[in-house]
Amino acid sequence: MSAASRFSPSRISALMIKEIIQLKRDRLTFAMILVIPVLQLVLFGYAINTDPKRLPALITAADNGPNVRAIVAALASSDYFAIAPGIASEADADKALMDGTAAYVISIPPDFERDLVRGLRPQILIEADATDPSATSNTLGALPQIIDIALARQLAGPLATKATTPSAVDLIIHRRYNPEGITAYNIVPGLLGTILTMTTILMTALALTRERERGTLENLMAMPATPVEIMIGKIVPYIGIGLVQVSLILICAEFLFHVPMMGSMALLLAATLVFIAANVTLGYTFSTIARSQMQAMQMTFFWFLPSILLSGFMFPFRGMPEWAQWVGSVLPLTHYLRSVRGIMLKGSHMGDISGELGAIAAFWLVVATIALFRYRRTLD
Amino acid sequence: MADAMAGETVIAISGLTKSFGGKKVVDDVALDVKRGEIVGFLGPNGSGKTTTIRMICGLLKPDSGSGTCLGMDILKDADRIKREVGYMTQRFSFYEDLTIRENLDFVARIYAIDHRKERVRETLERLGLTSRRNQLAGSLSGGWKQRLALAASVMHQPKLLLLDEPTAGVDPLARREFWDEIHRLAADGLTVLVSTHYMDEAERCHRIIYIAYGHIVARGTVAEVIAQSGLSTMIISGGDIIAIANAVRDRPGVEQVAPFGNDLHVVGPDPMVLQQAVDTALAEIGSAAVARPGETSLEDVFIRLMQTARIEDRPPNGPDENGRPA
Ligand SMILES: Nc1ncnc2c1ncn2[C@@H]1O[C@H](COP(=O)(O)OP(=O)(O)OP(=O)(O)O)[C@@H](O)[C@H]1O
Ligand SMILES: [Mg+2]
Repeated sequence: MSAASRFSPSRISALMIKEIIQLKRDRLTFAMILVIPVLQLVLFGYAINTDPKRLPALITAADNGPNVRAIVAALASSDYFAIAPGIASEADADKALMDGTAAYVISIPPDFERDLVRGLRPQILIEADATDPSATSNTLGALPQIIDIALARQLAGPLATKATTPSAVDLIIHRRYNPEGITAYNIVPGLLGTILTMTTILMTALALTRERERGTLENLMAMPATPVEIMIGKIVPYIGIGLVQVSLILICAEFLFHVPMMGSMALLLAATLVFIAANVTLGYTFSTIARSQMQAMQMTFFWFLPSILLSGFMFPFRGMPEWAQWVGSVLPLTHYLRSVRGIMLKGSHMGDISGELGAIAAFWLVVATIALFRYRRTLD
Repeated sequence: MADAMAGETVIAISGLTKSFGGKKVVDDVALDVKRGEIVGFLGPNGSGKTTTIRMICGLLKPDSGSGTCLGMDILKDADRIKREVGYMTQRFSFYEDLTIRENLDFVARIYAIDHRKERVRETLERLGLTSRRNQLAGSLSGGWKQRLALAASVMHQPKLLLLDEPTAGVDPLARREFWDEIHRLAADGLTVLVSTHYMDEAERCHRIIYIAYGHIVARGTVAEVIAQSGLSTMIISGGDIIAIANAVRDRPGVEQVAPFGNDLHVVGPDPMVLQQAVDTALAEIGSAAVARPGETSLEDVFIRLMQTARIEDRPPNGPDENGRPA
C-alpha cells in the first residue's frame, strides 16, 4: 500500500481535489476571483495620478561650461530630480533607464556653450522613463520653465539678447517605453501584480484557518497527511486560480487598453508563476499563524497596504524616501512590477530581470520554510 | 474470537498528563487495552475524555507520560499510528460543503485505499445513503452525520477505533445497529475505545473506564465497577414521591435520591444505615409507601464517582462558583 511512503501523490491529489470542489461550491468567492480583476482594472486604469518628486536623473554632458552648470544646478534645486553626481557615459545612462535606476537622462551635446552664445538654440535631450507616465508628466511639464529661468539669470548680463523667446535652447523630450504617456500602460502591469497579491494571499490565508474554524482540521490532522502534502494540496489549486486571473487581466489589457507587449509572453508567465507561488506560500504561512479567518484576513490587509504603497505601484519607487525603498525591496510585488513593466513595455529579457526574479524566489524560500516550521502537527 | 486474541496489547499508556493554561486536564492517566476489546470511556463533561483520546492518536502532545499504541510509541510514531487508527471526532468534522460521496472519496484517497471507487460505493450502500450520495454532507441531519462519520472512520480498516461520543443524537434503532456493527468489528480483532454518556452503551462494553476531572477513578466490567462502589439502593414505591424525597434527602447515610417514574431510588454506602434512614423518613411523614432493596444502577455509581471526585480533586476549570478549594 502506498500509504507507507513518506510522500504520497494520492494524498496530495485527494487534498487538491477536495480544495477545488470546495472552491467551486463557494460561488461568491468564485465570482470575486473573476470580477475583482476586471473591476479594479477599469477603476484604476484611468484614475490614479500622482506628482512625485526627486526622481533619479543622470547627466551625460559633452560640454561643461558655466551655462551647463547653471542648468544642472537649477534642475538639482528644482525638487523634481535627484541628480546623480558626475557625468555618466551614454551606455551607462541607457542601462540605468532600462533597469529603472534612473528615471531621466539629460544629455547636453558638444558645443552647447558656443551654440548658446551664438543664439543657435542648441538642443538639450531629455529621456524619460515613461512607463509610469504619472511619475514623469508633471516633471516634463515644468522642465522648460526651469531651464529658461536658469538661463535668463545666466544671460542677464552681456548676453541678454540671447535670452530669446521662445527659448534659448531647443528642449527635446523622449518619452521612452511609453511615448504617448498613456497611464494605463503603467497601471495595467501594476494591477496584474496587486490583484494577484490581494486575491492569492487572501485565499490561501483562509485555507487552513477555515478548516480550523469549521473543526475539519482535527479530522484532517488525524489522517496520515504530512505537512508538506497538506501545504502542496492547499497551494496548487490557488496557483491555478492566479493564472486564470492573469489571463483575464492580460486579455483586458489587450482589448481595453491596448497595452503593448514588447517582450516574451513565456517570460512573463514564468515570472508570474514565481510571483504567484511566493504569494500563495505567504498566504499559507499566514494561515498557519492566524487563529481565525478574521485574523488571517487582517494579516492579508496588513501585507497588502505596504505592497501597494511601497512597491512602486502607487508612487514611483525611486521617488520614495530611502527607508521606504528598503521596505519596498523586501516585497515581492516590487520586483514583480519591475519585471512586468520591463517585459511588457521595455521588452526586457531574462537577463534583465533575473535579479528581480531571484529576489522573489528568495522570498518564497524563506516564507515556505517558515510555513513548514510554523505548521502545527498537533492541535496544541 | 476476542478471547483467542486476548493478551495482545493495543494501548499501553501510563502517566499521561496534559495541562491547558496551567490546569491539569488529564492527570497521570494509565490505559491498558487489549486487542478485540471494546472499552467504554466515561466521565462527566470536561473530565478529559476528548483530551485523552486526542493524545492517543497524536493530535495533542502530552506534557508527560509515555506508552505505545499498536506497538508504536505515541510520542515518536504519531505519523505511523495515524494510518492504523480510525478516529471519529466528537464534533462532526467532515466537509459540509462536500457531498457524502465526495467526503468518502476524499478519505479513501488520503488513506490510499485499494479499489477506491468500489469501497466508496460499498460504504454508501451499507449506510443506506446511495440515493443521497450527491447531497451535501452539511445538509444531513445530526444523526446521519454521525453515521457518515463512523462509516468514514472505518473505511480504511483501522486496527484501533477511537470514537468520541459517536452516538450523540442518534436514534435508538440506529444506535443498536451501530453497536451491533461495533461488536462485529471487534470480533474480527478491531479494538475500540469509545467515549459515551449513555449508561446502556456503557453496559454494552467489555470494560469501562471512568475518568473524573482528569483522574481515572474506576475501571473494570460493569458488575465490577458497581461492586467496587459498595453502594446499596432502596426502591420506594406507592405514596407521595416528592414528599418522601424531601423527608429522606438529608438523612445520614443517604447519598442520592432520584425519582424514576412512580418509584423513588434512594442510594447510600451502608445498607443498614440506608434502611434505617428510609424507615424513619416514611414513619415521620406517615407514608404507607413500600421500601424494598433494589439493584444499584451504573448511573448511581457514576453520580457517586462524580461527586466524590469533585470533593477530592480540584476541578480543572479552576475553583468553581461554589467556592470549593482550588
Ligand atoms: N484546547 C484547549 N485549550 C484549553 N482548554 C482545553 C482545551 N481542550 C480542552 N480543554 C479543557 O480541558 C478540559 C477537558 O476537556 P475534554 O474536551 O477533554 O473533556 P471531555 O471529557 O471530552 O468532555 P465532554 O464530555 O463534554 O466532551 C475541559 O475543562 C476543557 O475546557
Ligand atoms: Mg469530549
